[in-house]
Amino acid sequence: MFMKAIGVAAVLTLTASAAYAQAPNDAQIAHIAYTAGVIDVTAGKQALAKSHDKAVRDFAQEMVRDHTAVNDQALALVKKLGVTPQDNPTSQALNKDAAAKLASYAKLSGAAFDKAYVTNEVAYHKTVNGALSKTLIPNAKNAELKSLLQTGLKLFTEHQTHAEHLAAGLK
Amino acid sequence: MKTPHRWTAILAGAALAAVPAWALAAAKSRAPATYAVTLKDMKFGPTPVSMHVGDTIAWANDDIFVHSATAKDGSFDVELKPKARLWTTFHAPGTYVFTCRYHPGMTGTLVVRP
Repeated sequence: MFMKAIGVAAVLTLTASAAYAQAPNDAQIAHIAYTAGVIDVTAGKQALAKSHDKAVRDFAQEMVRDHTAVNDQALALVKKLGVTPQDNPTSQALNKDAAAKLASYAKLSGAAFDKAYVTNEVAYHKTVNGALSKTLIPNAKNAELKSLLQTGLKLFTEHQTHAEHLAAGLK
Repeated sequence: MKTPHRWTAILAGAALAAVPAWALAAAKSRAPATYAVTLKDMKFGPTPVSMHVGDTIAWANDDIFVHSATAKDGSFDVELKPKARLWTTFHAPGTYVFTCRYHPGMTGTLVVRP
């Protein structure tokens, strides 16, 4: 399971790198950031439906609440700016991978599910934070979009730390 | 968890029992102060260098996320929705370590003198 999570992270990194060979524009960046948030909200909802561990459930609720807040803000911003988020290969790869993971984790239960979910949350946040700091934030042209992405990075870094602590406590 | 109101009463009682009369007189002669602590960018802002019994912290959540200011000893627990402004008055001296219960990486300390 651990190797599977690492594999997913590697795929995301490679996919992201390939897609970023040409710098993404603001409409693509907004789409990628929003997609990344939706994926984590969906994963959190799956965890809330399946996990009985209080610490895991608290973490999942945090993910749903915080990523929804960021995405609500992102939607308000693109509306204000008159920008239509643009689908792109990175968003598509993220969605495809997330769908596979959801299906895979749906077959798990109990401690096995908790471990898979939390391990993946560590890897996922690490990957998204890397993409934010190395590609999305540097390439964002609009100051408000850049600022929102920076806020997102601070939040997701805290999430990553929280996930790492949680993973360390799971047997 | 005990309610903040109940703790407030307990702490006030403890303060009255433990604090010398001269300190109470000094506290009475000083007008209570209010200090702002702002939550922004996933951090608690600076806390006052010096505050005293009877003083108030005005919590201001300037993030877009729900936060809380939650004392580790259970003496206060303030939930702060985005843009919320809420207040906590301190009725007993002590060192209060607090965190956000939603984001454990956020921490702070308040030192309340008699």
